[in-house]
Amino acid sequence: MREVIVLGIGQVKVDENWDKSLRVLAGEAALEALRDANIEQTQSLFVGNMMSGAANHQQHLGAYLADWIGMRYSEAFKVEAACSSGAAAFRMAVMAVASGDTDLALAVGVEKMSDSPTAEITAELATAADADWEADHGLSFVALNALIMRRYMHQYQWEKEHFAPFSLNAHANGAHNPYARFQKPISESSYINAPMIADPINVMDASPMGDGAAAAIIAPASMFKRSGKPTVKVAASAAATDTMATHHRSEPTWLRAAERSAKQAYQQASVSPADINLFELHDAFTIMAALSLEAAGFCEKGQAPRLAQEGQIRPEGRIPIATRGGLKARGHPVGATGLYQIVEAVQQLRNEAGATQVNNARIAMTQNIGGSGSNIITHILKSE
Amino acid sequence: MEVPRYWRLQKQRYALVGEICPHCQVKIFPPRDVCPECGGEAKQPFSFSGKGTVFSFTTMYDAPKGFEMNTPYTVALVKLEEGPVVTAQLTDLGEQPVEIGMPVEMVTRRIREDEEDKGIIVYGYKFRPVMAGTH
Repeated sequence: MREVIVLGIGQVKVDENWDKSLRVLAGEAALEALRDANIEQTQSLFVGNMMSGAANHQQHLGAYLADWIGMRYSEAFKVEAACSSGAAAFRMAVMAVASGDTDLALAVGVEKMSDSPTAEITAELATAADADWEADHGLSFVALNALIMRRYMHQYQWEKEHFAPFSLNAHANGAHNPYARFQKPISESSYINAPMIADPINVMDASPMGDGAAAAIIAPASMFKRSGKPTVKVAASAAATDTMATHHRSEPTWLRAAERSAKQAYQQASVSPADINLFELHDAFTIMAALSLEAAGFCEKGQAPRLAQEGQIRPEGRIPIATRGGLKARGHPVGATGLYQIVEAVQQLRNEAGATQVNNARIAMTQNIGGSGSNIITHILKSE
Repeated sequence: MEVPRYWRLQKQRYALVGEICPHCQVKIFPPRDVCPECGGEAKQPFSFSGKGTVFSFTTMYDAPKGFEMNTPYTVALVKLEEGPVVTAQLTDLGEQPVEIGMPVEMVTRRIREDEEDKGIIVYGYKFRPVMAGTH
């Protein structure tokens, strides 16, 4: 396998982008990435997306986007892995170039959610769970996470307010990211008093929906170099699955697929958790941030809320997370999220993260979760 | 709403029929072709008692399409006496607060109604608290 680098990145602001269609969103991010990489096209295009069939009545996103951005005749198809579709598309691009099959690949994540009414999107999101044995019983995706959070609080004796620092940190960081859906800090009391969605998960535990797109260009390290900016290498790419339904896990409060993919990634990159300077994790819900930190080895089982209480997850802390707002403040346009994480990690490694820049950031990890933990993809990026 | 999708699951939905693995004896719900414990083929039917305890629960205030009329409603992970955990709604709760560890039993109830012209009503399992003196 060849060593590969992230040659270019692009993103659009996560928002209710009423005036922008699925293709316009994806196209803007893709074209920005091509400009950033200083190239005109790639031979391969992988589009990460979950719901375009139901939400936008459009599938076949490969040809759809290739045509739109002037890349007709390139190889192009959609990659779907629920909320981890973005990282899955990125991983396909990495594999295509690393294998030597193609020299330049473009990964784009896109989700256009605001065209559908909320109850329809809620039902659509629940298709990330098991339709026959979870969703058919009336569970939303939030409810599944609430079941996990309640069990976790019971198991490790945490109270609801102990999860506030995850939300506060994300919003404090999002305030400095012009691409974030929400750009205002929140207070502890606004966390505590937020309306309940599925207890114990309230509005301030849950990441917001939104329309968004983000993109990255992958190239072989031996053939391309960025002038004037640090080179960002893809040091690891690993994916693992777990049971489809939450109820089939012997320990629903432990993300086995996160543990597995993180361990594989550490091995590939020859690093340990102690070497990671920042971690863009999948804080779709505050509980998922906690579980991700634990499974990836940043603290003991059941101790992530303590790490957060101590401020260790803030940009100046031991393991900064959600440094550009995370899913909570930047927003969670499902299939695009994994690529936003890559874009933000690259910004950190290029020293382009502004007020939330992590000092001496050299090694960044991203982790994108599909379903309630059934598909988890971990990447490690290194700057040189 | 697609009739065959619900029709083919009626044994599971109405009677909690799962499987017992002939190789490692583990009880499986819902049925599947490969035992999740030992990886052997599992096709021997097994009827669950429907008794269990609440492993976790949540009350939903925002519902997916088709369930909006029912909010708020409580759903749970229920650990069955025989081992497996299932996801289901809780019902007949009255004033009683739900707690982790609370004993519950399976009942057959209306899960949802088709809002479109077919008028299909889906029935299936829910769980209710075990009444004092009935157990």
